[in-house]
Amino acid sequence: MDDPPRVLVAGEASGEVLRLDEPLSLWGGVDAATGVIIDRRHPQVGESISGRVLAMPHGRGSSSASSVLVETIRCGTNPVAIVMLEPDAILALGAMVADEVYGRSLPVLAVGERMFASLQTGDFVAVGPDGSVLQVDVGRDGPRTGGHRRGVET
Amino acid sequence: MSVRLTPDDEGRLAGSQGPADEMAMRIIVRLAEAVGAERLLDITGAHIDSCLYHGQAVLDFADHLAERGARVRVPTTLNVSSLDLLHPELYRGDPEDGRQARRLMERYEEMGCRPTWTCAPYQLEERPAFGEQIAWAESNAVVFANSVLGARTSQYGDFIDICAAITGRAPASGLHLDENRRATVMFRLAGVSAELLDSDVLYPVLGNLIGSKTGTGVPVVEGLPAGLGEDRLKALGAAAASAGSVGLFHAVGSTPEAPTLEAALGGMQPLRTVEVAPSDLRLAREGLNTAEGGDLATVSLGTPHYSVTEFAGLVALMAGRRVHADVDFYVSTGRDVLAELELRGWAGALTAAGVTIVTDTCTYITSILTDTVGPAMTDSAKWAYYAPGTLGVGVVFGSTGDCVESAVAGRVVLNEEIWS
Repeated sequence: MDDPPRVLVAGEASGEVLRLDEPLSLWGGVDAATGVIIDRRHPQVGESISGRVLAMPHGRGSSSASSVLVETIRCGTNPVAIVMLEPDAILALGAMVADEVYGRSLPVLAVGERMFASLQTGDFVAVGPDGSVLQVDVGRDGPRTGGHRRGVET
Repeated sequence: MSVRLTPDDEGRLAGSQGPADEMAMRIIVRLAEAVGAERLLDITGAHIDSCLYHGQAVLDFADHLAERGARVRVPTTLNVSSLDLLHPELYRGDPEDGRQARRLMERYEEMGCRPTWTCAPYQLEERPAFGEQIAWAESNAVVFANSVLGARTSQYGDFIDICAAITGRAPASGLHLDENRRATVMFRLAGVSAELLDSDVLYPVLGNLIGSKTGTGVPVVEGLPAGLGEDRLKALGAAAASAGSVGLFHAVGSTPEAPTLEAALGGMQPLRTVEVAPSDLRLAREGLNTAEGGDLATVSLGTPHYSVTEFAGLVALMAGRRVHADVDFYVSTGRDVLAELELRGWAGALTAAGVTIVTDTCTYITSILTDTVGPAMTDSAKWAYYAPGTLGVGVVFGSTGDCVESAVAGRVVLNEEIWS
């Protein structure tokens, strides 16, 4: 049994997973204008978080990460959802503020270990308002399901 | 889960104190729900990081609050901004961004915040007392307040800091609460030379190691000399908060909640113990470098803002010497510290030796450096961690002494011996 998901900010989204091997500080680590990872020490430097379901174990570093998240939402370069193992208040806050100021936001979830482990870069997933994460299509690193909609136990 | 609100909280959510308070309260309550807080608590002070310009979004947010008549309810200090208002000529960024940054600074002053413009508010004359509940943002300030002052703040960031200042309320969660302040990860130093233990350069490197190995726990460090000074604790904490998400650390015999190891651990066993040998410290030090040696372009000190005692060390190192003509040498500090330097005659002496003092901002968050290729040297693990991403510059980390020797020589000179 996995822990049930915790919905920090509710919402619906779907997109391709970008799973980060190491936690990323958005501030100093991402260019908000493009959504590209610029932290040279991060193993996935050069990847884009834009339009992706960003899966990372926990947040990292500067408390200005929330500002960068709101700026990406303003610029339209934001991830469509953030899924973590440990709840991160700084990122959740960015999503809440974007809701207040721009009336648009993104879901932020903390999920159980099994759910988190099942998310691989390239998978296509759908996040529901209750914090469910449905795997719609498995990426190149796993068996393809040919569009068959498969629920993942959470 | 739901938060237990007082009748006053409820009233304010319905707008009893005006629309700005209502919006700030709504954000506080949503965050409290997200972090699983059972209630809100009163805070006695705030430190605001939201005044740093990161693009139109942060100004839109400040405008939103200011246009609704926002005023802070508790004494509130301001973190660095993107501009040096005392030395505006140092700003080399886009003029339009500069105007936006200036507008943002004015917005926060309009709300009643003190224009302190420093990331080291703990170096100001008035600072929080042991046990005080506060809402501070800026990761190095948070870790210092919790660890060194024994005040209590969660790891607040942009937006929530000003919401807490406006409402005087914060979610009762995280490092506000006793149960989350107990150490859970133990770092035990062994075999580290007495010389290194007594060198300032150890502390940012150790902080970098602790930050990268702590995860989300609270670290305690055993094996350091007792009674460590605030500058060393500042360097350790700032590095740990950059390389990881550390919001509180305990140093046995130095920080107020760690008179003993047992006290820091709250009488329990740590979840994890990390042994720290000299070879681990060498690796942590190497991890801070993104450039090789060679001809030096820049030195940047003062991240977090240099204290008066750190300037005393720098003045002594620079005595009778001059920065090489091909090297730009910057030190970032708060305007209150600069006023003290001027009283002591140090500001003039440093300027004459070729040092540029930067106030109100920091060289890695805004466009000040003339050269953005490098190599740049710094004695700050935080600067070494962020500047390659924010400025694109290659960095060599060294002691303050290494930085001065290199600046005078015009090329990177490092004391390797102390690490062997």
